[in-house]
Amino acid sequence: MSHDAHDIQKSVRRYLIVFGALLVGTILTVAVNAVNFHSIAITVAVALFIATIKAFLVAGYFMHLIDEKKMIYGILASTGFFFIGLMWLTIWAMHDFPTLAK
Amino acid sequence: MQTEILPYIVEPRKDTGLYNAKVGIWLFLASEVMLFGALFSSYILLRVGAAEGTWPHHLLNIPLGTINTLVLICSSVTVVMSWASLKLNQWSKYKFYQAITILCALIFLGIKSFEYTDKFTHYEVVLKNGTSMTGHVEGSPLFLNLNKLKAAKTESIGFHPDAHASGHAEGAKGEAGGHGEGMKIATADITKLECFGPWHSTYLAIYFTLTGLHALHVFAGACVIFAIWGPLAGLWKKDPERYTNRVEVSGLFWHFVDLVWIFLFPVLYLL
Repeated sequence: MSHDAHDIQKSVRRYLIVFGALLVGTILTVAVNAVNFHSIAITVAVALFIATIKAFLVAGYFMHLIDEKKMIYGILASTGFFFIGLMWLTIWAMHDFPTLAK
Repeated sequence: MQTEILPYIVEPRKDTGLYNAKVGIWLFLASEVMLFGALFSSYILLRVGAAEGTWPHHLLNIPLGTINTLVLICSSVTVVMSWASLKLNQWSKYKFYQAITILCALIFLGIKSFEYTDKFTHYEVVLKNGTSMTGHVEGSPLFLNLNKLKAAKTESIGFHPDAHASGHAEGAKGEAGGHGEGMKIATADITKLECFGPWHSTYLAIYFTLTGLHALHVFAGACVIFAIWGPLAGLWKKDPERYTNRVEVSGLFWHFVDLVWIFLFPVLYLL
């Protein structure tokens, strides 16, 4: 990532655009909550979809993940692997009811 | 005696292209993802496992949650702008932006403590005839319960029930209907008196755990940013690149705190 003055000034403009997008995303999240989707699954999906876009903007631009070194991606990939494993265990546990031995 | 200087505290390693602190903070953030991930998975397990109609809704104040979200987003942009200011050698701008970041952190924690206080002064009362009500006790005492009432030999309490029997969004009086008329309840008629603390329900237990841990992160992050901004600012003159790296690393932590809140807000306040 090059950090000379011109690049930084370009980045500053990008940060302000991302800031605007995050504000719009927050208002959208609250507005969507008022809409009746007639399904909790759709409501959850829409709310989490907007949250994911906002998270991508913060991580991608404010944390510079859009243009980072390979080692950072490596750390994040292994974190993602274990995080998915953690969630999978949770979902698995929800269907693993204890039964009485006969 | 020659002093050994730890390598790569300022300049990046040739093979990774990263300085030590940056690798360190990303490894730390990876562990933080797992910490919050474990709590999120607990939330999912509790939420999905809750019997139909038992999971409380609209117990939290959405306008306050929204303001806190906007405050954290503002602080995130000021953190990244402060780092950019240092890269452009604009010290006074850096000081200005980080001052706003610290102010945002204080506003966030102030609003959070207001929300917590509101929970600790909001009560469920169950009477001997089986009637259950939620509302506020006169004088807004904190953590009141039946044992404390009996110990203080209080004969009765003034109670302002919520307008909606199912509870209300504390603080959002205009939204959920506020309070009904006040009444006197004799202590002898009460079988249960409990505030909306973490012990009150599963939902509140996970709410306080998640938001409490997050608030601790906000506090810790604000302390670090303040230390770099104030007492440790002398490093800028001695070693500006190292100082800028410190700002970048503390900023990465702060963005992570913002990221966590981006998911906490819809999950806890809206769903």
